[in-house]
Amino acid sequence: MSILNIFNQVEISHYIYLSTVLFAIGLFGVLFRRNAIILLMCIELMLNAVNLLFTAFSSYMGDADGQIFVFFIMVVAAAEAAVGLAILVLVYRNTRKTDVSFLDQLKG
Amino acid sequence: MLQNLPIPFLVLSFLTILSALYVVTSKNPVHSVLALIFTFFTISAHYVLLNAQFLAVVNLIVYAGAIMVLFLFVLMLLNLSKETEPVKSNWWGIAAAISAGSLLLIITAAFQVSGEAVAKNPVEGIGLVKALGKVLFTRFVVPFELTGILFLAAMVGAVLLGKREKGTDALITKEESRG
Repeated sequence: MSILNIFNQVEISHYIYLSTVLFAIGLFGVLFRRNAIILLMCIELMLNAVNLLFTAFSSYMGDADGQIFVFFIMVVAAAEAAVGLAILVLVYRNTRKTDVSFLDQLKG
Repeated sequence: MLQNLPIPFLVLSFLTILSALYVVTSKNPVHSVLALIFTFFTISAHYVLLNAQFLAVVNLIVYAGAIMVLFLFVLMLLNLSKETEPVKSNWWGIAAAISAGSLLLIITAAFQVSGEAVAKNPVEGIGLVKALGKVLFTRFVVPFELTGILFLAAMVGAVLLGKREKGTDALITKEESRG
């Protein structure tokens, strides 16, 4: 039972617009901010926008596969956050800053 | 268009977008993390509205509970605050806003052309643990096991990266004591 019968009152297009706006905000953050931790957070925001859309389609169509995909996306996001933050701590230990400008010092 | 929508959906969407904007624009990284946690709470509320109760709880536990606490710990470990936040010129902001706005425009325009293609067929109890578990452990059992391997690799990688190497540390302390 849902709290309100959202499927009759809200069209799925509204969920599409909401997720698109969230995704665009996340993209704006990735382009605008220079702090690498905030960049990772903006990526999490974009992943959550996708998750919301997957769940909306899954619920509206009555197919559980979309929600399983959200589950897998969460797993990948957790692994990505762990490794990304470990790399960030390593970079901070070597350069004493978390600015993304450290990337132009990479060689190889 | 908007006045026909139910109030809970409108309020939740408004709060979600507002807190997401605060994540991006806040100068203080700790405020960004807290705003992102609030965003995850509102997205969980959306999941409850959408009859996805299991995902709502998992979203809270995994994202708000585990991942964001990890971010908060790293922020405090690195001692970042408003003062250390690198500044960017206004041109960067304008360019980023134009890029993100174009993406928003293109996706919404593409959706308007393609139109409604979703057959509404909501099923009762689809978001509960029982229904999801049945699908997860029958059709998606191989990806589920691969997920375990991915986690193991990520864990080993994070531990290896986080391990202190004696050489680099000595170099830094030498440089710092000199300068």
